[in-house]
Amino acid sequence: MDFARTDEQQMLWDTARTFMERELLPHEDAVEAADDLPRELELELRQKAVDVGLHACNMPESAGGPGLGAVEVTLIEQALGHASLALAECVRRPCNLLAACEGEQVAHFLEPAMSGEKRDCVAMTEPDAGSDLKGMKTRAVRDGSDWLISGTKHFISNADRSEFVVLFAATGEDDTPRGKRKRISCFLVDLDLPRVEVAPGYKQVGLRGYSNNIIRFENARVPGWCMVGGEGEGFDVVNRWLGPGRLTVAATAQARAQRAFDFALDWAANREQFGQKIGKFQGVSFPLADMATELRMGELLLMHTAWRIDQDHPEADQDCAMAKVFCTEMLGRVADQAIQTCGGMGLMADLPLERIWRDARVERIWEGTSEIQRHIISRGLLRPLGA
Amino acid sequence: MKVLVPVKRVIDYNVKVRVKADGSGVDLANVKMSMNPFDEIAVEQAIRLKEAGQAEEIIAVSIGVKQNQETLRTALAMGADRAILIVASEDVHHDVEPLTVAKLLKAVVDEEAPGLVLCGKQAIDNDMNATGQMLAALLGWSQGTFASGLEIDGDNANVTREVDGGLQTIKVKMPAVVTVDLRLNEPRYASLPNIMKAKKKQLDEKTPEDYGVDASPRLEIVKTSEPEARKAGVIVKSVDELVEKLNEAGVI
Ligand SMILES: Cc1cc2nc3c(=O)[nH]c(=O)nc-3n(C[C@H](O)[C@H](O)[C@H](O)COP(=O)(O)OP(=O)(O)OC[C@H]3O[C@@H](n4cnc5c(N)ncnc54)[C@H](O)[C@@H]3O)c2cc1C
Repeated sequence: MDFARTDEQQMLWDTARTFMERELLPHEDAVEAADDLPRELELELRQKAVDVGLHACNMPESAGGPGLGAVEVTLIEQALGHASLALAECVRRPCNLLAACEGEQVAHFLEPAMSGEKRDCVAMTEPDAGSDLKGMKTRAVRDGSDWLISGTKHFISNADRSEFVVLFAATGEDDTPRGKRKRISCFLVDLDLPRVEVAPGYKQVGLRGYSNNIIRFENARVPGWCMVGGEGEGFDVVNRWLGPGRLTVAATAQARAQRAFDFALDWAANREQFGQKIGKFQGVSFPLADMATELRMGELLLMHTAWRIDQDHPEADQDCAMAKVFCTEMLGRVADQAIQTCGGMGLMADLPLERIWRDARVERIWEGTSEIQRHIISRGLLRPLGA
Repeated sequence: MKVLVPVKRVIDYNVKVRVKADGSGVDLANVKMSMNPFDEIAVEQAIRLKEAGQAEEIIAVSIGVKQNQETLRTALAMGADRAILIVASEDVHHDVEPLTVAKLLKAVVDEEAPGLVLCGKQAIDNDMNATGQMLAALLGWSQGTFASGLEIDGDNANVTREVDGGLQTIKVKMPAVVTVDLRLNEPRYASLPNIMKAKKKQLDEKTPEDYGVDASPRLEIVKTSEPEARKAGVIVKSVDELVEKLNEAGVI
């Protein structure tokens, strides 16, 4: 078994890590304090990422990307994930699904997304359809060669910074032996179309400078050529192209947990109470041992999952669920304990820990909640046994 | 004009250095190694010369163990055109000494005929600060050391050097050996397309015998020791006490 990085993997890591340290981290305090990512900064960082080739590094060669493997992409995600999400997302990784673009979609959506000219967001979730995506109410009905779309999506990340949305909507219903089933289709929709409104979302606990929006469609007219894949094939397109989004979340969680740990370790080695370094107290040092062990587990699980994806392993789906559930929950534990190690200072905005702690919470919810991940894992175990 | 850039693989500057138990040197087993930061600056400068149309080809050369290949790939990913690896040692703990490196570099210069050799001013592992100067002497070329500015001007190079209390600019005749200092530039990081291209660039592997150079060591490391641990400080309660303590210590 070879756990070593190749020269190329090491260089990719070094480049992403250096980019994060030089270009992203220096802005973190200001973005946090203002709870705002200035538009000029976002565009400047996006352009820098284009220049160094990190922009769209997740995309396959067929779409004009570098065609990296999951291992390489996961390394890059980890390196960038060290910084706050608002900043890390300035290095755009367009929705993988755009690789499915055909015909007019290529020049209108794919190419500008690849060049950094247009930003995409993804809209699946609705107020009444979260984990149960098939229950979505947003619908598209044919009108000549166009579609008329109505409905409301919420929790849509950074829609106010995007030019178009990868939208999922029901285009009809089929009778199946297990009852009625919605036909879900995927559309690419310009956000400046008439009758499309991007509204501010909710105030949230973390993720400063990272917006969430509500998008309303009121009979918005969308040209027929904007559908990706065939009608009713929305989830097939997702399965084929959306790729390991859950692995991205796991990689980010792993990176933040590592950052929190490194900080706590340093603190334990330098802070003195009762005339000695607090790291000398077992009450402080043993949790550090546990954190380090959990971090190692996360790292191995993450990279092993990425490796299995590159091998086209049939169970990669369950693997991704395992990596997501473990790394995100581990981040919660490590962030909490890192604050405990640092005492009261750990809660102050002067240190990065309170931010990592706040930002950790969403990781167990989006891209499928921990419960949904456990559902995926357990179904994979039990279904073959007929249970 | 060809530019030759020698690059050394050294312990990464972020790694906390540990001396081996037997005092024979620094423990390099399983620690992160990187390109000597001053050499990175030299590579960057070579690329800038090429971008400015003043150089046609950049050749990176590394002398050491087989693993130096990694360092050369980094140079190629930054923008060097091809690379030469001279495997002069099989043991990562054996540092090839400056005179041997200089002799091998001279042999490479004789073969490649570059118009400029850009070296780091020193390697951060043993701080010898000797290779560039020795190479210039062996070649009988002019040299400009500790460059914080470099300008090619026809057959000459204007080298700005950091000296105590200011800057000194000298004009040297080309071909020349220039050793670069920290403030010359900020090295770029390899872009993704260049990292992918680096794999396909030419990397020749050689031995000292290929160049007829005897690489057997002449220097012997007698002892390596850790710096003395810093003594704990004292906290004083008032300015008066501070002045008193400083007086006691005889520093004011
Ligand atoms: C900050 C933020 C940004 C987001 N960005 C986007 C975005 O850009 N695009 C997008 O489409 N979505 C986005 N989401 C939505 C996110 O994916 C959903 O929040 C998530 O899928 C969960 O849906 P829900 O919030 O409606 O919770 P619900 O589905 O209502 O779940 C509530 C609880 O019930 C549990 N539960 C539900 N079903 C089951 C079950 N079958 N078995 C066991 N437990 C179950 C859940 O695990 C959870 O604990 C974002 C969310 C947040 C918070």
